[in-house]
Amino acid sequence: MKISRKQFLKLTGASLLTFSGGKLWSALAYAGQAVTHPVQLVRGKQWAMLIDTRKCAEHPDCTRCIEACDKAHNIPSIKDLAHEVKWVWTEPFENVFPFEQTRFMPAGLKEKPVMVLCNHCDNPPCVRVCPTGATWKREEDGIVMMDWHRCIGCRYCMAGCPYGSRSFNWVDPRTGLGELNPTFPTRTKGVVEKCTFCPERLARGEAPACVQACQAGALLFGDLNDPASAIRTQLETQRTIRRRPELGTGPNVYYVI
Amino acid sequence: MRDRAWILIGLGAFLLLLTSPLWWNMRARAGLKGPDLVLPADQKDCVMPARYMNSSHMQVLLEWRDEVVRQDLHRFTAYDGKVYDMRLSGTCLSCHEKAKFCDRCHDYVGVKTPYCWDCHVDPALTRPVLARRSPQ
Repeated sequence: MKISRKQFLKLTGASLLTFSGGKLWSALAYAGQAVTHPVQLVRGKQWAMLIDTRKCAEHPDCTRCIEACDKAHNIPSIKDLAHEVKWVWTEPFENVFPFEQTRFMPAGLKEKPVMVLCNHCDNPPCVRVCPTGATWKREEDGIVMMDWHRCIGCRYCMAGCPYGSRSFNWVDPRTGLGELNPTFPTRTKGVVEKCTFCPERLARGEAPACVQACQAGALLFGDLNDPASAIRTQLETQRTIRRRPELGTGPNVYYVI
Repeated sequence: MRDRAWILIGLGAFLLLLTSPLWWNMRARAGLKGPDLVLPADQKDCVMPARYMNSSHMQVLLEWRDEVVRQDLHRFTAYDGKVYDMRLSGTCLSCHEKAKFCDRCHDYVGVKTPYCWDCHVDPALTRPVLARRSPQ
């Protein structure tokens, strides 16, 4: 069978249209629509923490929560500030709440140490940018979880997190560990880590390590989706603030100042 | 035939090279016997039949990893109905000794030690061992 040039082009065009027509149509049909991120529906629990900085301030030298976390999770103490790894730590009020300041503030409030940790956001930017799914938001309890097996150390999540809650292992963390806790793995060089709200303890029905270690009663941990929970009662009876809520991340760590 | 000596020397060297793995093994005292594994004294059953663990422990560990980390499942019901915590250091190494079980077999079959131990802690690991790691 002989085929002319014109016939060949016609045939090619027709077959291209047949195979890619659907894609082309949908691309054109949705081209004008903005990409929206739907508000997450309530599926299960949403673990949250309420930090009462007034109670913290009554014990200025107390670092129980930090020590308990470091011990429970094999977090190395590294002298070099550029390499340090932190899950729970304190920052001055002015750094934690940069937009909660006025010219006339109570004396000492600017410098007041405030406990900070991962906010386990409703809409976590770190999760959106992770290329491997090594960090994700658990639907059943709202924890922003990490899978260190899958982390490739690209540090997009660190750039995405507006709270600086994530640390990168620049050096082998085992060199900075005094005593190893065999019940929890260490991490390895080249992996990002952060607070995970202790899912291994929650699975056993225990509170996170920091909450259990706090003897001042400054840390309250509970389920925001349970109207009868203590944390809900507290949030509904006093004024609390969150870090940078204007960013739309929906942080789940609340503060009483 | 002036090169007979050279040919014989070359042939000998070639044969020696060809059979070098045998000599090497003989020197390393590796025979057909297999690795000298220390099995747990007080336990008879593993989480799966020993033959299956022998060939597929890596699959079991990968499944455990995914279930614990990604699905928040922590309990494993074994083929004989026993329930175990899915933990490498906490469960596997509560019976097995890494150095005398895992490492010996991996060394014997020439399988590079996997990077499990870069993070998961061997309970037998002590400070002097750690101190030898070069600081970076």
